[in-house]
Amino acid sequence: MCVAMPGRVIRLEGRDAVVDFSGNEVRARCGLVTVVPGDRVLVHAGCILQKVSEEEADGMAALFEELAEDGT
Amino acid sequence: MTEDAVREYLARYDGPELRLMEVCGSHTAAIAKNGISDMLSPRIRLISGPGCPVCVTPTAYIDRLISLAETPGCAVVTFGDLLRVPGGRGTLQEASGRGGDVRMVYSPFDALVMAEKEPSVTFIMAAVGFETTTPLYALMMEDILEKKLTNLKLLTALKTMPAVIEHLLENGAAVDGFLAPGHVAVVTGSGIFRPLAEKWQMPFAVAGFDGMSLLRAIYVLARARGRGEVFNLYPQVVTEEGSTVAQALTARYFEPGPALWRGLGVVPASGRLLKAELAAYDAGSDGLNDDSGTNEACCCGSVLAGRMSPPDCPLFGRVCTPLTPQGACMVSAEGSCHTYYSYHRR
Repeated sequence: MCVAMPGRVIRLEGRDAVVDFSGNEVRARCGLVTVVPGDRVLVHAGCILQKVSEEEADGMAALFEELAEDGT
Repeated sequence: MTEDAVREYLARYDGPELRLMEVCGSHTAAIAKNGISDMLSPRIRLISGPGCPVCVTPTAYIDRLISLAETPGCAVVTFGDLLRVPGGRGTLQEASGRGGDVRMVYSPFDALVMAEKEPSVTFIMAAVGFETTTPLYALMMEDILEKKLTNLKLLTALKTMPAVIEHLLENGAAVDGFLAPGHVAVVTGSGIFRPLAEKWQMPFAVAGFDGMSLLRAIYVLARARGRGEVFNLYPQVVTEEGSTVAQALTARYFEPGPALWRGLGVVPASGRLLKAELAAYDAGSDGLNDDSGTNEACCCGSVLAGRMSPPDCPLFGRVCTPLTPQGACMVSAEGSCHTYYSYHRR
């Protein structure tokens, strides 16, 4: 039910955005987040839920190091 | 830490036995599709919880939808995963076969288009879901009011995660940590699980949906056993505070209320109902708390509460299969029984 797929905004059309999913163009409602063409977004049931951060998680490596040291 | 090192740690883990619960149907499915259970030491056990909204919805809700679909001038609008879920009076698909008006959509916004096109029909949106989906129904409600549509109503079965996790723990669920639902957390923020982690002194790992993301989350939960902390392993879309816009929209149109969860009973304040002033847009959602009428041997309730693994149900794989589902968990592609059956998950 909570399935959501990442895609990329191609263009805006009124309150909707046309989002590319590996070549398939799908209309999705904006309204929860402001997007511009080129943004990577997470789409759930025809609605853009969130923008996808392009940055790799900097904190992840540090977290894993810390856990490996602490753990038994 | 390399991916190989994570895999090796989990395969060779020989510490205290770990019971980790996933409370997201998409995680249940992703764990099975990626063969995650088979990559873990026998001392790490993954348990599926009440993470499939369709599966925890009581039969009274389905029966109400069937009645509405069979009411002249009414049409029920629903996502596909609800069509074959058995109520006490059969399924929506069967109602459709008898001439009931049931329309399948991929998005709640499709219902707005239908309502505008066919003003003589009263459309009932089967608004099922968790925190991820509720903001969409709020956006839909905003449109209904803006367009002054009087022929589109909601029948809600909306639920929230922290309340049911608390309920599970209060009722003695033997769990050492939670794989927290990634797309719920996009809306709520990972911080919503912090009070639970601290109170019960167990780790919560917000996970993504690819195999490696799940393995990393399980690794973190194993390493952080006994620590009341929340780890966000899905930072590409999940923040500590979540989507404040989505939260505000939900709060504008919905208020907390009791909700019946199959197998768990009524959990106070775990549901979301349209606010009282929007009663004209509600198709009779409150009090749909009967959950009877399906196969009496069906163990969906125990499966959803994490008390039973699907293959331990006497119906599993015998009379209950995806083609002949006896309970909701065998219907939805994210239901535990469907997943265990389809992917031979252990």
